[in-house]
Amino acid sequence: MVAVVGNPNAGKSALFNALTGARQKVGNYPGVTVERKSGRMSLPDGRPVELVDLPGTYSLDPSSPDEAVTRDVLLGTQEGERLPSALVVVVDATNLDNHLRFVLQLIALGMPTVVALNMIDMAERDGLVLDPQALSRELGVPVIPTVAVRKRGVEELKAQIGLMAGDSSIRLRAGAAEDVLKQDIVHLQRRARAIALAAVKSESRVRRWTHAADGVFLHPVIGPIILAALMFVMFQAVFAWSEAPIGWIEGGVAWLGETVSNALPDGFVRSLLVEGVINGVGSVVVFLPQILILFLFILLLEASGYMVRAAFLMDRLMAGVGLSGRAFIPLLSSFACAIPGIMATRSIDDPKDRLTTILIAPLMTCSARLPVYAVIIGAFIPARSIGPGIGLQGVVLFGLYVSGIVGAMAAALVLRRTVAKGEHSGFMMELPKYQLPYWRDIAIGLWQRAYVFLRRAGTIIMAVTVILWLLTSFPQRPAGSPLKQSEYSIAGRIASGLEVIVHPIGFNHEMALAVIPAMAAREVAVSALQTVYSIDAEDDDQGAQALGQRLQGRWSLPTALAFLMWFVFAPQCLSTIAVIRRETNGWKWPMFALGYLFTLAYIAAGATFWTATAMGL
Amino acid sequence: MRLDQLPLRRSATVSAIDWAALRPGEARRLRELGFDEGVAIELLHRAPFGGDPVACRIGRMIIALRRANATAITVEPA
Repeated sequence: MVAVVGNPNAGKSALFNALTGARQKVGNYPGVTVERKSGRMSLPDGRPVELVDLPGTYSLDPSSPDEAVTRDVLLGTQEGERLPSALVVVVDATNLDNHLRFVLQLIALGMPTVVALNMIDMAERDGLVLDPQALSRELGVPVIPTVAVRKRGVEELKAQIGLMAGDSSIRLRAGAAEDVLKQDIVHLQRRARAIALAAVKSESRVRRWTHAADGVFLHPVIGPIILAALMFVMFQAVFAWSEAPIGWIEGGVAWLGETVSNALPDGFVRSLLVEGVINGVGSVVVFLPQILILFLFILLLEASGYMVRAAFLMDRLMAGVGLSGRAFIPLLSSFACAIPGIMATRSIDDPKDRLTTILIAPLMTCSARLPVYAVIIGAFIPARSIGPGIGLQGVVLFGLYVSGIVGAMAAALVLRRTVAKGEHSGFMMELPKYQLPYWRDIAIGLWQRAYVFLRRAGTIIMAVTVILWLLTSFPQRPAGSPLKQSEYSIAGRIASGLEVIVHPIGFNHEMALAVIPAMAAREVAVSALQTVYSIDAEDDDQGAQALGQRLQGRWSLPTALAFLMWFVFAPQCLSTIAVIRRETNGWKWPMFALGYLFTLAYIAAGATFWTATAMGL
Repeated sequence: MRLDQLPLRRSATVSAIDWAALRPGEARRLRELGFDEGVAIELLHRAPFGGDPVACRIGRMIIALRRANATAITVEPA
């Protein structure tokens, strides 16, 4: 195995993509939730080599879980990973004096090493002329100039890896690890600067591009306006661009359901497949377009170098509730889905800061809440205009988003003073140069997100949907029973128990029944209500009514509003809970999140119900 | 003069860093990012909503840091 390692912003992942193409595997290191990205590469002589993309780090002295993995792999102490047989060290040619310090540390480990002098074109653009031979002489290892996004130097790099990777008898030099960790940073830094000086033939200190762009994007007035506009465009796009593909997916699911219905005889297996598996999984896969659009924006913002600027602009506001600008990126991702959002908190080095961000991420209005909001708002809020271009329904939806954000900020404020109490977190980040995102890297990133999402839909969500279907279908209500099927079934009896608890906040039996399976994923609430009402309405002629119409007749407005507020806060997503458990390494924090969020949901829904009732709505 | 008081776009040199005023993790990260006595530095941006954090050029990198950390860095304008 050959490890690709380097500073953040050195173009490491782009080089990894250029070396391996799309043949990559994304997994996790055992015990920790740091992503392990590996891929197969063919050497010029045809031999395959496994390449692993290690998390970017500035040194072997880690300050976040990601960076700890990099160190452990390089020292051979990472569980589930062999010691690499060779290293490809990626350095940013425009940033030699800083990146070389880490290179010196890595070379001192004594493994076969090649340095990829990446982004050499950027260096030329910046007026920096480098001498790779001189650099190679000073470092004592081969140096190959590369431009990952244009595949320049990639073949030469492969050839060099081929020369090094053959030796399988690699051992770390005894004591190398201890020696390297003991080295004095300042001393190394000075040596790195001297080497960089020797490798630079000539330089003119210009960085016009980044300079001019930052003048606009970081401007104290224009900067925040651009950020707000970008966010607006992003959320508009999530809804506007996804309409057509969502229609295609819905059409495909309906077609599949019909085809299976026609092919199979009526009975248990057919109901299970069509109602349970196809409709259940289909109702989740429908969100794929929205999630991909949101990720497209996030990947573009990250690859272009803007994301860190957004963190810079937001830091002051985030500091107001005890967080740092770094928390902005995971929280933004959480609007698509809290799961990638929570995983993105790994880049936050302060543990208390990270914990708080993880605990409030589920309050960001994720895309799974949308179907619930859409159905209830559509049924109960009149489509009235309350101003030019402003509809009442849209205002209510916006209000729900704002409720989530305000709730999250208030929660952060309290958490940072109680369970996640600690010193004020800092904010120290490199602002990388702006770059044109390269389509191949974006495409690979999107494909990986889609794959992870679909795998989840095919496993957890499918299992839960099938279980719910079984629980609401059995036991069958005997003819003449005074109870409805939804009350007679196992799920119905469980819901009757829960109804006692949620009755004071305005919930009825069907709502209690829908809330239970929605534990798996919020959007299940919609299909669960649909199932319950259609199972009960079997033989009356209202059977085919749309869910919205059914609800209008049966729920009061205060009840509907309470249901909306419940979904703003309630942590109804098993995957999120599972991810919190993984990321915090134990059950304590997921249990805490469940407790505090359900309490908030109960209070908010109750307050809404009673206020609305008192107002006579 | 402290780094946070340096006028924008004015070239300067780091003359002293009060490492003891920084938390150990922050001090290490600053060193890793290339902060050191004698290095050329320039303040580039102050963030909106009160000028905190600030962004400065050090070597060929642009680094954002909170004003609380910037006060530990003494600079000598060129």
